[in-house]
Amino acid sequence: MANLRDLYFEMVTDHAKNPRNRGKADPCDYIGTGHNPLCGDKIVVTVSTESDTITNVKFDGEGCAISTASADLMAEVLVGKSVAEAKELFRGFHSLVVGEGDASELPRKLAVFSGVREFPMRVKCATLAWHTVIAALDDSEKVTTE
Amino acid sequence: MVLEQIIADSFPALQQTINGKRLVYLDSAATTQKPQCVIDAVSHYYEHDNANIHRGVHTLSQRATQQFEQARATIAGLLGAPRPEEIIFVRGATEAINLVAQAWARPRLVQGDEILITEMEHHSNIVPWQLVCEQTGAVLKVAPILDDGTLDMNAYKDLLTPDVAIVAIAHVSNAIGTINPIKELCELAKKVGAITVVDGAQAAGHMHVDVNDIDCDFYAISGHKMFGPTGIGCLFGKHTLLEEMDPWQGGGDMILSVSFEETIWNDVPFKFEAGTPNIAGAIGLGAAAQFIEELGYDSMVQHEQELLVYGRATLTAIDGVELIGAAPQNVGVIAFTVNGVHPHDVGTILDNSGVAIRTGNHCAQPLMKRFGLTATCRASLSIYNTTEDIDALASGINESIRLLG
Repeated sequence: MANLRDLYFEMVTDHAKNPRNRGKADPCDYIGTGHNPLCGDKIVVTVSTESDTITNVKFDGEGCAISTASADLMAEVLVGKSVAEAKELFRGFHSLVVGEGDASELPRKLAVFSGVREFPMRVKCATLAWHTVIAALDDSEKVTTE
Repeated sequence: MVLEQIIADSFPALQQTINGKRLVYLDSAATTQKPQCVIDAVSHYYEHDNANIHRGVHTLSQRATQQFEQARATIAGLLGAPRPEEIIFVRGATEAINLVAQAWARPRLVQGDEILITEMEHHSNIVPWQLVCEQTGAVLKVAPILDDGTLDMNAYKDLLTPDVAIVAIAHVSNAIGTINPIKELCELAKKVGAITVVDGAQAAGHMHVDVNDIDCDFYAISGHKMFGPTGIGCLFGKHTLLEEMDPWQGGGDMILSVSFEETIWNDVPFKFEAGTPNIAGAIGLGAAAQFIEELGYDSMVQHEQELLVYGRATLTAIDGVELIGAAPQNVGVIAFTVNGVHPHDVGTILDNSGVAIRTGNHCAQPLMKRFGLTATCRASLSIYNTTEDIDALASGINESIRLLG
């Protein structure tokens, strides 16, 4: 059993309470809406790009601490990445939170989410923003974690 | 205290630790824990009497049939149904309501008929009626609730026009625990000639239900919310109505004779019980009904009401906690929010202390919308809970505020 503090403390609580990337990316080249039917949470992710490089990511909406912190940190790590790299990061992040992979290939900031594997019911919270941004980049209309 | 201990000891799943802490189970509105007598009844059936019912002439089949029908009689007795054959075994309250919707309402309703529900219904008492509306052209009407979580009686009366063919109402709200004045609501509905369908899923595990006294046409229960197994429940229906209705599923057990030219339905209740039923579940539910009878609704109500008062007072004393829809008549459901902390985070932090509550929209999204929320926390009480459980809840809530509030 992971100590709860491992999951919530420091980075997660900090980013949940004071997200740096709340808002709308301008210009808005991609937009995605994510919905978690389990808790009613909704998130809107907007992305600016220059040629194939992501230059800005913002999110808005209401969510729990895990989904808010995950969205905020995702927005940070995606800047400077190509669309293909973003998808690769998501694959790695997803493996991490479902307990199939480790954090060695991921940006250090995402490693904090390894604690989520101890809470399988919360995996959807941690991945909502990621599902949403990938769907936006794929030009899907709407995503859900269901 | 002694009684509490006896009760707690008869629920084996409660005798465990979660994350190193004593399990505090405050999610009985989702499903109750099962007493040993119910677990034993299910095991005993499989270990000694397992056979199909209503067919075989051999001993095991006779035993299984006898126990299955005994369970039906016990449940009829518990609910005050005048005749055991007025009890139909189904998977749960959801299936019971769907049965009424498809077998009674769908063939009878026409364009312009109205179905009246309330704002506090579980999705299982909304969606089956929306389907019927699509199928028949009937219109769904919704009686609003007041801020204190009670039904707006004036609005309900205004909505009860002669166009209303069906009134479908929860006896008790699953999300906020409000006990509706169901007898009065049914009386008013009957005056305009409406058929009354009561969703009793949240009532029968907490308070005395007398379908004869309520004088409703249909009453739905779920076994697992009243100490019985999952996957079994009952529909009570007045005999005259059940006789008028055609079956809603075809198969074995629901027919008297079958030829390719003509099939003759079996009698009530069997014509609504196609296929081999959940025999073990029915026997388990019978044991649960007996458990409730032995305990007595009076002592259950007294215990849960005392705990509700204590729980509301304890939670209200926490700065940042707001109770949602705390109606005076309530079975023991405490719905609340914690300022600045998402319900899911409250739920995870409580689980870390061994405290199980439900968080989310509680399958009642229109009700959440009514209160301007997407989710709440819900602590729901049962006979095995104690004031220590409430104290553990309060301490976990304080922890969540300290971490995230």
